[in-house]
Amino acid sequence: MGVDGIGARVARKEDRRFLTGKGRYTDDMSVPGMKHAVFVRSPHAHATIVGIDATEAKAMPGVIDVLDGKQLLADGIGNLICGWMIHSKDGSAMKMGAWRPLADKTVRYVGDAVAIVVADSVAEARDAAEAVVVDYDFLPVVTDPVQALADGQPQLHPEAPNNLIFDWELGDAGVVDRALAAAAHVTELKIFNNRLAPNPMEPRATLGIYDAGDEHYTCYTTSQNPHLARLVMSAFYNVAPENKLRVIAPDVGGGFGSKIYIYPEEIVCLWASKRTGVPVKWTCDRTEAFLTDAHGRDHVSTVKMAFDAGNRITALKVDTIANLGAYMSLFSSCVPTYLYATLLSGQYDIPAIHANVRTVYTNTVPVDAYRGAGRPEATYLLERTMETAARELGISPAELRRTNFIRSFPHQTPVIMNYDAGDYEASLDAAMAASDWNGFAARKAEAEQRGMKRGIGMSCYIEACGLAPSAAVGSLGAGVGLWESAEVKVNMVGTIEVMTGSHSHGQGHETTFAQLVADRLGLPIDSINIVHGDTDKVQMGMGTYGSRSGAVGMSALAKALDKVEAKAKKIAAHLMEADESDIVIEDGALKVAGTDKSVPWFQMALAAYTAHNLPPGLEPGLKESAFYDPANFTFPAGCYICEVEVDPETGRTKVVQFVAADDFGNIINPMIVEGQVHGGLAQGIGQALLEGVTYDDSGQLLTASYLDYAMPRADDVPSFKVSTSNTPCPNNPLGIKGCGEAGAIGSPPALINAITDAIGNNQLTMPATAEKVWAAAHAAN
Amino acid sequence: MAKITMTVNGRQVSGVCEDRTLLVHFIRENLGLTGTHVGCDTSQCGACVVHMDGQSVKSCSILAAQAAGSSITTIEGLAQNGELHPVQAAFKAHHGLQCGFCTPGMVMTAVDMIRRHGSDLDEATVRSELEGNICRCTGYHNIVKAILAAAHEMGGVRQAAE
Ligand code: FES
Ligand code: FES
Repeated sequence: MGVDGIGARVARKEDRRFLTGKGRYTDDMSVPGMKHAVFVRSPHAHATIVGIDATEAKAMPGVIDVLDGKQLLADGIGNLICGWMIHSKDGSAMKMGAWRPLADKTVRYVGDAVAIVVADSVAEARDAAEAVVVDYDFLPVVTDPVQALADGQPQLHPEAPNNLIFDWELGDAGVVDRALAAAAHVTELKIFNNRLAPNPMEPRATLGIYDAGDEHYTCYTTSQNPHLARLVMSAFYNVAPENKLRVIAPDVGGGFGSKIYIYPEEIVCLWASKRTGVPVKWTCDRTEAFLTDAHGRDHVSTVKMAFDAGNRITALKVDTIANLGAYMSLFSSCVPTYLYATLLSGQYDIPAIHANVRTVYTNTVPVDAYRGAGRPEATYLLERTMETAARELGISPAELRRTNFIRSFPHQTPVIMNYDAGDYEASLDAAMAASDWNGFAARKAEAEQRGMKRGIGMSCYIEACGLAPSAAVGSLGAGVGLWESAEVKVNMVGTIEVMTGSHSHGQGHETTFAQLVADRLGLPIDSINIVHGDTDKVQMGMGTYGSRSGAVGMSALAKALDKVEAKAKKIAAHLMEADESDIVIEDGALKVAGTDKSVPWFQMALAAYTAHNLPPGLEPGLKESAFYDPANFTFPAGCYICEVEVDPETGRTKVVQFVAADDFGNIINPMIVEGQVHGGLAQGIGQALLEGVTYDDSGQLLTASYLDYAMPRADDVPSFKVSTSNTPCPNNPLGIKGCGEAGAIGSPPALINAITDAIGNNQLTMPATAEKVWAAAHAAN
Repeated sequence: MAKITMTVNGRQVSGVCEDRTLLVHFIRENLGLTGTHVGCDTSQCGACVVHMDGQSVKSCSILAAQAAGSSITTIEGLAQNGELHPVQAAFKAHHGLQCGFCTPGMVMTAVDMIRRHGSDLDEATVRSELEGNICRCTGYHNIVKAILAAAHEMGGVRQAAE
């Protein structure tokens, strides 16, 4: 490998533009004639729209037009959809209510879009939006998912009686119930997984441009998945034909899942551009982001875990109610089902599992995937339960986990997944060593002298990354394939452009993808350019989510490189009058093995395009593409250990040490991987200690700004100790597993386990604010 | 409407804007310097930090008119002659950024922090002084590392940022 190849800590190619203010995010885009949009949004959580009067607003300075849902409907723009069909246990399909991009009859959450104002400036559009008079008839409100299921509650959609979207199950209830009855010990717990706002620092934005000359649409948008946006907007929402719609997601300032979905604003701005004849740009403000970006998590669960006399788990029973908010967002249905219940076996050999999941409509913003999506919810439930069980059984939490680890692979769980490889003991041992687990008692005693309560907690997580294969997920209800595509274009002078369907919004693809090419061809990293995020430049793609860029996106690139190399060898063999099977590619040249004959890479590339001297019948040019559909998920896993000090006077928790030992398989760039873990850990610590979306009973969002929603800041997190073990994934050509979500999945239970250990009270819900911890600590005494 | 003149990144500039226009919008829209970002509407996130007469300020909490006559440095004005400022270079070397959206504000805050503390900076001070800047991607670990490395690199003398 060269200095820039696989395994090297190469500094990122993309950093220079970000560090010098030359990044190009959607809100930085301006085109001639562009106007600005502001949405009129419902201030009520549930109401019927009696009428909309925009007369005064339309006459205000700078206003181009005000458009509402009736006009949108008249123009045939369709409803937003959920793309994964789930069936209830009685066989019936999930009950999806209509989601209009602009509400025309009923609003169902505070922030539901009602109209769009287009004006010369944002300020003028905002002034006019204030002047749009919407006459509402109030309807009763429900925000709590448990309450929403009860009789006599407000009903959100006529299609879903009792607000129940589906009642789904996985596993054999009879077997699990019998095991529970026969158990030597049963641990029972109630688990709340708090609702979070994803909060990428770049607020969502979109710029819709309609070109009447070509009847062509261009949509700049803050998307993790521009090709999917194009597909959905054309095939389902009737915004534009797919061949007349270009979607560009330029630099995107973080996503964490919340930018996978297609929101009303992209659709409405494109449509408004056609209606008004001007390019229309909309940029979210932060309060609007809290009100409208899909939220994450929000589960209420009960769990029962059965043990035999040897402390082996014999069964697990889980009952979950998942709040999906007012409408079903694009992937919402798969998050609490196939991304959640299928991970309930964790790292443990559990013979029988039964999960029942009910999803519910409430008058809150839609809930969808957020960093980890389903896996954090499963891990939190399981790892809180393991820790609780260890305390009840009076054994060390490490020993209980060790006793139950899966040790032989492949391992088929009772909940669909087939784990391909792993070494859970290795990460447990590594984390225990790095945290000086054995020295904890002394540290606790020392803290006690200072009046501090010190606690330690662990969490052993597993996740399923790189969702796959297409046929299997299709049979489970997925509406899309889960392959990825890549195209490698070798230019005439030998420099290389890679077009990938993966999308980078902070993950550093411009560097890691280039490292793979540099590694294979021995070319300098600066001669390789990665192109992504533009449906006109990249043939096809499924975007970036679920830690799929390395395992799936780079595997597609590896396949395309195979083809490029094969053809390059043919050309070089011909030039050197050698056999193509003797050609090796090394250090930027094609060499005849065992001789000193070689052709520089650039010369071979030029020969491919001059085409003066190619093997008979060979097409000129050197440009190859590939699709890759993985054979299975990949299964990163690891062990996290957190140590905290709680001040009993104030209830404030300080994270004094956080150790992460992960198994991500093969690693392209350790520096980038560590950065992903750090970021995930901070988000998980945020969930555990600080963050929580709160609605009042009338459906008003109480946490709609950074004054009310506590984001983790530099002072809230420690410096982390991270390390990896690297059991290669046997199912993809690169052995990569994925690392983007691990930190957010594994850290909340480790932290809550540490706090409950410190205060001697197991009853604690996230976020563990100082007030709650103080109350729990005092209740324990 | 007001006509405003100020020095931005060493050049005198002027523009006409409404009285209510914030400095950040003047910089982004009137001057086309889009490196300064807007991440919130309550002056909590720090994505918009610039230097005004040598001190870091949140440009979303100042009216453009208030900044008239002052000397402003934005992220675009930090690198000199194509050479990254040592703080920019340290962020790159220590992987102190991911999506890059918080980065201009982080860097401008860091430059001012180092100007005030020199190499006396320690981790606790950096973490506490970063409380006005939110990063959702990096977990701060590498940002803190980058700032400490830059402080060290820039030497023990408390030096002017620009
Ligand atoms: S935009 Fe200025 S602090 Fe957030
Ligand atoms: S790098 Fe993305 S918010 Fe800081």
